[in-house]
Amino acid sequence: MSADIRPMRTPAEQALSAALEQIPAGSGRLSDLRRSAARSFNEHGLPHRRIEEWKYTDLRTILREAVPVAGPAGVAQADAAAKLLAGAAVRRIVVANGAVVRELSDLDGLEEGLSVVTLADAIAKGRDVLSRLAGLSPSRYDAALALNTALAGDGVVIEVAAGAQIERPIHIAHVFVGDAPAASYARSLVVVGDEAHATVVETFEGPAGIAYQANAATEHYVGDRAHLDVVRIQVQGDAAVNLSTVLFEVGREAQVHDFVFTSGAAVARTSLYGNLIGDDSHVAFNGAVLLKGRQHNDTTLFVDHQVPGCESRELFKHVLDDSSRGVFQGKIVVRQAAQKTDGRMMSRALVLGDNAEMDNKPELEIFADDVQCGHGATCGAIDEDLLFYLQARGIPLKEAQSLLVQAFVGEAIETVEHDGVRDALIEQAEAWLKARA
Amino acid sequence: MAMLEIDNLHAKIEGDEGREILKGLSLTVNPGEVHAIMGPNGSGKSTLSYILAGKEDYEVTDGSVTLDGEDLLEMEIDERAAKGVFLAFQYPIEVPGVATMTFLRAALNAQRRTRGEEEISTPDFLRLVKDKAGALGISQDMLRRGVNVGFSGGEKKRMEILQMAILEPKLCILDETDSGLDIDALKVVSEGVNALRSPDRGMIVITHYQRLLNHIVPDFVHVMNKGRIVRSGGKELALELEANGYAEYQQDAA
Amino acid sequence: MPAVQETVEQVRSIDVDQYKYGFFTDIESEKAAKGLTEETVRFISAKKGEPEWLLEWRLDAFRRWQTMQEPEWARVSYPRIDYQDLYYYAAPKAKEGPKSIDDIDPEILATYEKLGIPLRERDALLGIESTGGSKVAVDAVFDSVSVATTFKEELAKAGVIFMPISEAVREYPELVKKYLGSVVPVTDNFFATLNSAVFSDGSFVYVPKGVRCPMELSTYFRINERNTGQFERTLIIADEGAYVSYLEGCTAPMRDENQLHAAVVELVALADAEIKYSTVQNWYPGDKDGKGGIFNFVTKRGDCRGDRSKISWTQVETGSAITWKYPSCILRGDESRGEFYSIAISNGYQQVDSGTKMIHLGRNTTSRIIAKGIAAGHSDNTYRGLVSAHRKATGARNFTNCDSLLIGDKCGAHTVPYIESKNSSAQFEHEATTSKISEDQMFYCRQRGLSDEEATALIVNGFVKDVLQQLPMEFAVEAQKLISVSLEGSVG
Repeated sequence: MSADIRPMRTPAEQALSAALEQIPAGSGRLSDLRRSAARSFNEHGLPHRRIEEWKYTDLRTILREAVPVAGPAGVAQADAAAKLLAGAAVRRIVVANGAVVRELSDLDGLEEGLSVVTLADAIAKGRDVLSRLAGLSPSRYDAALALNTALAGDGVVIEVAAGAQIERPIHIAHVFVGDAPAASYARSLVVVGDEAHATVVETFEGPAGIAYQANAATEHYVGDRAHLDVVRIQVQGDAAVNLSTVLFEVGREAQVHDFVFTSGAAVARTSLYGNLIGDDSHVAFNGAVLLKGRQHNDTTLFVDHQVPGCESRELFKHVLDDSSRGVFQGKIVVRQAAQKTDGRMMSRALVLGDNAEMDNKPELEIFADDVQCGHGATCGAIDEDLLFYLQARGIPLKEAQSLLVQAFVGEAIETVEHDGVRDALIEQAEAWLKARA
Repeated sequence: MAMLEIDNLHAKIEGDEGREILKGLSLTVNPGEVHAIMGPNGSGKSTLSYILAGKEDYEVTDGSVTLDGEDLLEMEIDERAAKGVFLAFQYPIEVPGVATMTFLRAALNAQRRTRGEEEISTPDFLRLVKDKAGALGISQDMLRRGVNVGFSGGEKKRMEILQMAILEPKLCILDETDSGLDIDALKVVSEGVNALRSPDRGMIVITHYQRLLNHIVPDFVHVMNKGRIVRSGGKELALELEANGYAEYQQDAA
Repeated sequence: MPAVQETVEQVRSIDVDQYKYGFFTDIESEKAAKGLTEETVRFISAKKGEPEWLLEWRLDAFRRWQTMQEPEWARVSYPRIDYQDLYYYAAPKAKEGPKSIDDIDPEILATYEKLGIPLRERDALLGIESTGGSKVAVDAVFDSVSVATTFKEELAKAGVIFMPISEAVREYPELVKKYLGSVVPVTDNFFATLNSAVFSDGSFVYVPKGVRCPMELSTYFRINERNTGQFERTLIIADEGAYVSYLEGCTAPMRDENQLHAAVVELVALADAEIKYSTVQNWYPGDKDGKGGIFNFVTKRGDCRGDRSKISWTQVETGSAITWKYPSCILRGDESRGEFYSIAISNGYQQVDSGTKMIHLGRNTTSRIIAKGIAAGHSDNTYRGLVSAHRKATGARNFTNCDSLLIGDKCGAHTVPYIESKNSSAQFEHEATTSKISEDQMFYCRQRGLSDEEATALIVNGFVKDVLQQLPMEFAVEAQKLISVSLEGSVG
């Protein structure tokens, strides 16, 4: 008797399968990838709590209702919706409802060594770089990524030539425009050549009160001795569902700093995958998550040390108010060849709300002996002694809490290198605290 | 016969194609002699002590070292210890969970076994430790704690000397034993070392500063620079170095 | 401490894959027919002369077991167990139930003697006087039955009941009926359900109100027969304000085929009671190529049912080909406390997946987990644990520390903790590290004259010291020796 009994398909699963039927027949690698992803989805469906990686985020229950794929967005509405980093010195590309809005995107006057095109264009023109699309796939089936591979038709393709130093951050601004629930899919690809440097910021915004679903996936290839900074800011509307998949392949002596800021969406899941394939690289995955109401956020991280001498650092901070729920699953794998690995992961949660919940699952899976690996996880209320001290100095309770929370998330936000982006994050955290007070 | 004979020793860090750290060092230590090795940082002093003790990170590329005529470089680390080589570490290592008493006894008996001697009885061992520890101001509480765990810098150095007193080595190598000691601790440690001076025992005292040599008065002083002994003399050489510094040797060798 | 020395000598004197307790006692035994059917369950129940309610309880478990799946979530892999190719009951053939120690087959007495477990109280006293320890009462379980329980009278004077569970079913049916399956429900998991259907013997302990058990209690489990599963069931109840310390030891002969051990242990601590449960598990681990060895699938759970009660698990796991074991605490009473101290050592091709669950239900409940894993050879060693605070567990506290040590580059060490807090005032702290023995420590020890093996044994014993300290004295010395023997051959 097989243990793998497929449960009844939910309406959402049926609708998704129907949408997958609509994938145009075609030939070539991309079409094959799409069909293969669709087949996987039809076979496995949406993950539920008995699938270990999704234990705390049961998509079968969360995505019960089927929603149509979002149509194109009006330029003016998209412009109005893209508020984050509006005044900052960044190269902005607006992706509305999963499609690049050319009128709002800064695709010309590119720095030397930088190429930015839309995925749709890259496909139409048969760009070589597409051979790397869907080249980074997790070892286990990932439903969010499979749906994205099958259904995403547009997104941004960024290439940085070897040695190019691109100072101006490239900002992919994802927005949802519309007044009825709909689903959008965006796929991006970032290829950073050897010894090059770039900063990529992806932001996610959309209206409150509408149960739209945003599915975004980005693959990052980081060359030898290259340096890539990635910042994701998700402040979507309070009814939205956000499914993000972020994948990295990291070359020799490269440096990658990834930061995820989350305060939006009703339900959000970010899956981060880091494959370290070149010796002696340094990667950092950090994040700050601020939740209230009945928000649910799941960050699941998988760092795979395949080669010797790499260093990985992970620091995630959760602040949980009201009845919100934070989930952190972080797994560091050290393969037998990955001697001299130095991996440290820390997850800290501050629980403000009486009914808030935090689930931590920090995992180590180690097959090499000459390593230094560790993880820590803490969760608890704000330190009463500290609060008392601040109050004794005349600071009102809420303000004292705000100060302590700011310091708490500040430790993670400080790791963001780009000044302008970091300031924007601090602003977001302050705005969240202000809304609370 | 000389006890320790180092002849034209060349060595580098294992696996490192780069430069040699020892470049033809020669030194003879006879029983009863105390040799001080002084020199600027990076001259190879600590490397010499590690190579004599057998640390595996170094590769001897040329030259020889004998102890009582036997090839020291061919011996395992613990074999050297049993033959009487003792290194007092510059930074003694912490071994959590292993009580100092347990450690001392395990070491003493292991050495005795290797030499084909009887193991020490429990009462004899306790008496031995009590005697030696008292003189060095080491409390029973310290002996119950894990090896070097939670010890101050001075306590760690005193513990090294206690081990030396208990293991009664033939050749003592003291690597920067004065570093991190205040004047009172320096006195206690020096007295401990002086008490161990004997006609059968040789000592190599490695130090950057002359002040230790006011307390442990050497028979010979050697100046080491860039992997070689560049000058040797009597104890007055240390005073000269104190006054003039190492600058002239560093220029000489350059 | 002399133990280190002895350890090292023992390591030296032993061949690579020698298992000290690997001998087999040639004794005639009575077995149930091979395989598992309703008939097998009825046979076992009849053999024990059980009341109807217990037979029904077993049959219910058996029926449910038939609908269950073997769990697959643990990080262990093993060939499928053919449950119809096992014996579920084996008992040494003897006169109807030994009435006194002199009725026990001398072969069995000799077996326990060889294992260092004295069953004659006179011998026990002599043996113990010489080591200067306190008295230990022993229940010896040989394959499916208890063969002897010592110091019963002396314990009875204090009001403590310590006897084979099969006897307790007859003599104290109300107690057994009240508590059996109340901590580990019949359908808890595949192996616990199997155990409920076919458990043969085990120990029963009841410590009455306000009584501090006058001596350590211990059970010694021995698997002897070929192709025989051992399914013992232990039930310990500490009534209000009572205290008991209980030790458990296990060995088995060396055999090429794997043998199944699926035990259930239930602990109940009422208000202000304390139970301390210590295990030294040294089932046969298989040979150096991974052939043979015990499959150890064990469900152990304690229920801190009363306020201010305390349950403490200490385990030293060195044996078994596969260990699947999560001694847990349900912290139901307010201010109750759970503790888990573990040393898990794997060498050769052993696979360990072990840890604990601390379920905080009551207010101001506290728990502490110290787990030390050591992996050597080709083994895999996983810590898996759950700490959870439920909505009403105001003021819950947990501290967890899991450290792993790797010896050699062919083994794996894994840490899988689940930390779930549903109460804002709960305070959880978890830390874990994985590393190898520091080269600096090795160099330092060897510079002082210790050999590679001696230095490793010393450093490992230091690494696990926090846990060893939790064991009763006699056990600690034994465990310390066992640790080094288990690591035998792991040093290059």
